[in-house]
Amino acid sequence: MFSNILIYFVVIPLLMLAGVGLCRNVRQIRAVAVVGSTALIALSVVLLLQYLDLRQAGEAGPMLFCDSWSWFAPLNINLAVGVDGISIAMILLSSVILFTGSFASWTIAQPKEFFLWLILLSTGVFGFFISVDLFTMFMFYEVALIPMYLLIGVWGSGRKNYSAMKLTLMLMGGSAFLMLGLIGIYYHSAPAGQPLTWNILEIASHNAIPHGWQNFLFPMTFVGFGVLGAMFPFHTWSPDGHASAPTAVSMLHAGVLMKLGGYGCFRVAIYLMPQAAHELAWIFLILTGVSVVYGAFCACVKTDLKYINAYSSVSHCGLVLFAILMLNTTAMTGAIMQMLSHGLMTALFFALIGMIYGRTHTREITQMGGMMQIMPYLSVCYVIAGMASLGLPGLSGFVAEMTIFVGSFKAGMADFLSGAGSLRLVFTIIACCSIVITAVYILRVVGKLLFGPVHDDHHRTLTDATWWERFSTAALIVCVAAIGCFPNFFVNLIKTTFSPEIFAALGM
Amino acid sequence: MDITIPVLILAIPLFMFIFLGLCGMKMSHKLAGTLGTLGMGTVLVLSYFTAFTYFFSGAPEFVNAAGERLQYMVFDQTWLQFTEKLVIKLGFLLDPISAMMLVVITTISFMVHLYSMGYMRDHHGVYEHGFQRFYAFLSLFSFSMLGLVVAPNIFQMYIFWELVGASSYLLIGFYYTKPSAVSASKKAFIVTRFADLGFLVGILVLSFYAGTFNFTELTSIPVEGIADTYQVSLSTSESVLGIFQNSAAPMFMGASVLTWALVLIFMGGMGKSAMMPLHIWLPDAMEGPTPVSALIHAATMVVAGVYLVARLFPLYLMEETSLVIITVVGALTAFYAAMVACVQVDIKRVLAFSTISQIAFMMVSLGVARPEFHHGLGYMASMFHLFTHAMFKALLFLGAGALIHAIGSNDYTAMHGLRKHMPITHITFLIGCLAIAGIIPFSGFFSKDEILSSCLGYDWMAYLWMSLVAGMTAFYMFRLYYLIFWWKEHKTPEGHHAPHDQPWTMSLPLVILAAVSCVAGFIPFGNLVTWNGHPYDFMAHFDWSVAAVSLAVALAGIGLATVMYRKENSLPEKFRKAVPALWNWCYHRFYWDELYIFITHKIIFGCICRPLAWFDRHIIDGTMDAFATITNKASDAIKPLQSGQIQMYVWYYLIGVLALGTITVLCLI
Amino acid sequence: MEITAIYYLVPALIMFCCGVYGFITRKNMIAMLVSLELMLNAVDINFVVFNRFLYPEQMEGMFFTLFAIAIAAAETALAIAIIINIFRAAKNIDVRSLNEMKF
Repeated sequence: MFSNILIYFVVIPLLMLAGVGLCRNVRQIRAVAVVGSTALIALSVVLLLQYLDLRQAGEAGPMLFCDSWSWFAPLNINLAVGVDGISIAMILLSSVILFTGSFASWTIAQPKEFFLWLILLSTGVFGFFISVDLFTMFMFYEVALIPMYLLIGVWGSGRKNYSAMKLTLMLMGGSAFLMLGLIGIYYHSAPAGQPLTWNILEIASHNAIPHGWQNFLFPMTFVGFGVLGAMFPFHTWSPDGHASAPTAVSMLHAGVLMKLGGYGCFRVAIYLMPQAAHELAWIFLILTGVSVVYGAFCACVKTDLKYINAYSSVSHCGLVLFAILMLNTTAMTGAIMQMLSHGLMTALFFALIGMIYGRTHTREITQMGGMMQIMPYLSVCYVIAGMASLGLPGLSGFVAEMTIFVGSFKAGMADFLSGAGSLRLVFTIIACCSIVITAVYILRVVGKLLFGPVHDDHHRTLTDATWWERFSTAALIVCVAAIGCFPNFFVNLIKTTFSPEIFAALGM
Repeated sequence: MDITIPVLILAIPLFMFIFLGLCGMKMSHKLAGTLGTLGMGTVLVLSYFTAFTYFFSGAPEFVNAAGERLQYMVFDQTWLQFTEKLVIKLGFLLDPISAMMLVVITTISFMVHLYSMGYMRDHHGVYEHGFQRFYAFLSLFSFSMLGLVVAPNIFQMYIFWELVGASSYLLIGFYYTKPSAVSASKKAFIVTRFADLGFLVGILVLSFYAGTFNFTELTSIPVEGIADTYQVSLSTSESVLGIFQNSAAPMFMGASVLTWALVLIFMGGMGKSAMMPLHIWLPDAMEGPTPVSALIHAATMVVAGVYLVARLFPLYLMEETSLVIITVVGALTAFYAAMVACVQVDIKRVLAFSTISQIAFMMVSLGVARPEFHHGLGYMASMFHLFTHAMFKALLFLGAGALIHAIGSNDYTAMHGLRKHMPITHITFLIGCLAIAGIIPFSGFFSKDEILSSCLGYDWMAYLWMSLVAGMTAFYMFRLYYLIFWWKEHKTPEGHHAPHDQPWTMSLPLVILAAVSCVAGFIPFGNLVTWNGHPYDFMAHFDWSVAAVSLAVALAGIGLATVMYRKENSLPEKFRKAVPALWNWCYHRFYWDELYIFITHKIIFGCICRPLAWFDRHIIDGTMDAFATITNKASDAIKPLQSGQIQMYVWYYLIGVLALGTITVLCLI
Repeated sequence: MEITAIYYLVPALIMFCCGVYGFITRKNMIAMLVSLELMLNAVDINFVVFNRFLYPEQMEGMFFTLFAIAIAAAETALAIAIIINIFRAAKNIDVRSLNEMKF
């Protein structure tokens, strides 16, 4: 069992849990968190290199490093693992954000309990990304969600009880749909006479889910994951949840957990039920297309930094689901790039907002101003994050958005020319408009918060970033710039997933 | 050609940006400025070398047997692969216009680097706060602009297009503590972003049909072996047109898809080049430091739109409609900007509107260029004007910077009669004014004359219209000149030094640019830059009648300005009283800003954003909360059943038993 | 006159109803306990009667009754102990005021 590299992505967090449990003071806890997350980063890089090597050597299977251990035989539940380019990208993202998140919560209150829950959460995240068994996937999904309640409820700020409850209940509501969908998939996973299975790869190769059932199960799973992906109109947990969550939790939540939604939509809903995806995509295209501009417009008038960023996440994550539904390789590659890009830059945003809030004790942009003179380092980072968000070339946002737009436009024009309606085309153009609206709200915040005269004289005494804050933000900026400057590496990694066999069913 | 030099041309400014951006604050002001200037100087030398090699070496990769200049791809690296065919590459394309732009950009940029060493410090020699940052941003801008002009494909152009937008944003907002600078930078970015939306969609349409981003494939000029045709080579013309005609490309709202694509791309150019109605950001952009205005908002970035149209010119030629649109937009903008420039008070605003007007000249010139008329004279004229305009407008802006630095105000009412105090500035400014007014033998005369010739070749209405604008140009520039240097004797306010010429770092660029403006007109431009690379000797085709008329018009404009503004008198006031409505409209720039503020604040924010945010909080979120509230209320409602009174429970039990019993009995019966 | 089962069952039923009535209406916990005992005893009688009339050769009903009596005794002891403790804590054994455990 321990010969498979993937299992260590669950083992290391579990060891970290034990380690934190044994710690006696905050220094030891920090040490465990940093060492553990560094090990995870190292492990994901090793995994990446091995994966690329194998692909170079001509491994053509849809997933590599596959393994399966029986867990509950009567129901065919296995702990089945395997990764492709997308999972590896997500694993890299998660480990980077866990690493920087540990630095961002350097001085958190009650560190032991906090890190216990945080690490439990990341166990769930990593487990989710390595699983190919629907049941264990769902289990890890829940493991990732539940600690959120405590993390927000205990360490949060503002209306934390309300927000924690709202977030948990809405996501659990999504899980209810999801579970229904997964069980439905299980019971149609194999043609008559063959044993049922939870394994995604087997289900995909059987492709036995009857069409009528697909039309029922696809919306179930898509909405189930879509809630976590902040799909309109199920996004309202996001502003409240993020506003109340402590810094590292916001980072992990927006940076990684929301990606679980997009990843799940792709991996389960579209991958397993391609026919329904073709037929029903239009409903969700409308919803996600609306999310993109709707979130951006809402962000234009909010005055709380975290609310602005949460709505901006709604807009950007909407773009992820939107692109996935275009059902073509370019747009889907763009969607995954957008997940990476949004994960990093929104984590950077939340880290910076947390640091600013920790100093000024307000998140209202109307009560702040001229931060550039007071905390230049944080302000410059904020400008960079903003530029990444509004899609400046050289940073990650541009690459992702352009890939999505090119792919979506292609899909839209193909639809349009073949007389299949202009819905995709129209929504692609609408989604393109978001680049302008994004610029509006980002520059509005930057102008009000960072530039201009100092609004509150009490703020003049505030200090700039400490070394751990500098480290965590700088690490994220380097990642954002790396994706922005060398996108082809990541695009090629992601494209290894879209081999012809996998998408034969999608007609791509 | 060796790849090292082109790579260095791009790499040095980028390195300077990163280096000064990261370490600048640790080093002294002087060191940072010197390093930046030296870096730019190196790039200047390298670019001159490259352009010289391209134009004059006669190597077979640059010029073919027929003497036509070719496009030469120095390098082309895959950067991002969308599909098999659709690839974004980063490369370096040498052709007549990119080589010319290399010269323009590096010259002006170097001048501005040098000039800023003097400008960005006060009279006591103390450097401004953020001096190092300023040089870092200048380097970023130079890098982006160079990347833009050498782009071999439209997507690289878009990438650097965005980057110049961002560096312009950073530089306009350089004085970030000043709210007006912050809002000006925001405005500039958002307006050009809006235009870029059109550009992006245009690129998407174009690349969808053509299946490539590459300029050479899109336009295919000049193809080797076509000696005596000024048409796009037939085969490629057919292939490109064929893509659009044979792919069952539908008409969309009465225009072909190609027209749509080209017009949308032109929209991007309108934003960057400040064409009406997207011009509103440029006057406000003058909030930035004056050297920045000279570099970005006069000489280089704002002509990116013209450059874009010139790049895709063979495609525009295929669609008459798109060229007509360009002409009309350009002509209206030129006239509008000239009218507004006639009454502005802030000298930088006058120059800004004059820039808009002159860029519109270039646009019109492209719009009226046809291969049939003098082998596409308009294209050459446009590029020529771009070149000469960059020089004299940078000169004027730097001169204005020297004035502002000496006086401490942008307002001409604080100047007047400075000719004796600042002789160098006076002479160079005068040369700039003569050049822009189009007086022989200064550079503007030649380029403007060619533009007017090509307008005449297209349509006499266009010719008359643009001649009128040329006359207005002469008028408003000399109005400005007289109001700054004549009008009445200068009165130095109490406690101030008398204004004087600036240090050599500021004067030297003025002198150099003035010298260039004197002689640039004699450059045989037609031999260097034409739309299809075929050399064209325009002096041989020089139309002296047009030249005479335009000279007369310019002199008339200058004469009028002399009468009204040379000495203090009441004529301007009388004029203002005579046509108050016209004067007010011009003074308030025809209320475009108010219109935009109305649209953005009242309609977009007031009617879309706020209601949406309310809708989100109260309807969507309200529904979600309502689910919770209903569940809560329902549990509250049935909560009293669990009263804790055991006897109540017994009652429920008994009633239940009775009910069940009754049902059972009823069922049995 | 032959004594049939009905002669035993009717008083047992009346006893049971009295118990139920008492249990529902009395507010004193001791009185409720007494009512409870009435119900139990009514059920005991039923057991014995049905055993005697339906399966006279078997003794299960008798045994069950004995068990019930024993358990009732234990239960009463327990209940009284609880009631005494409640009284100590609340100075009151009125069930209407003892609803702290609701919801």
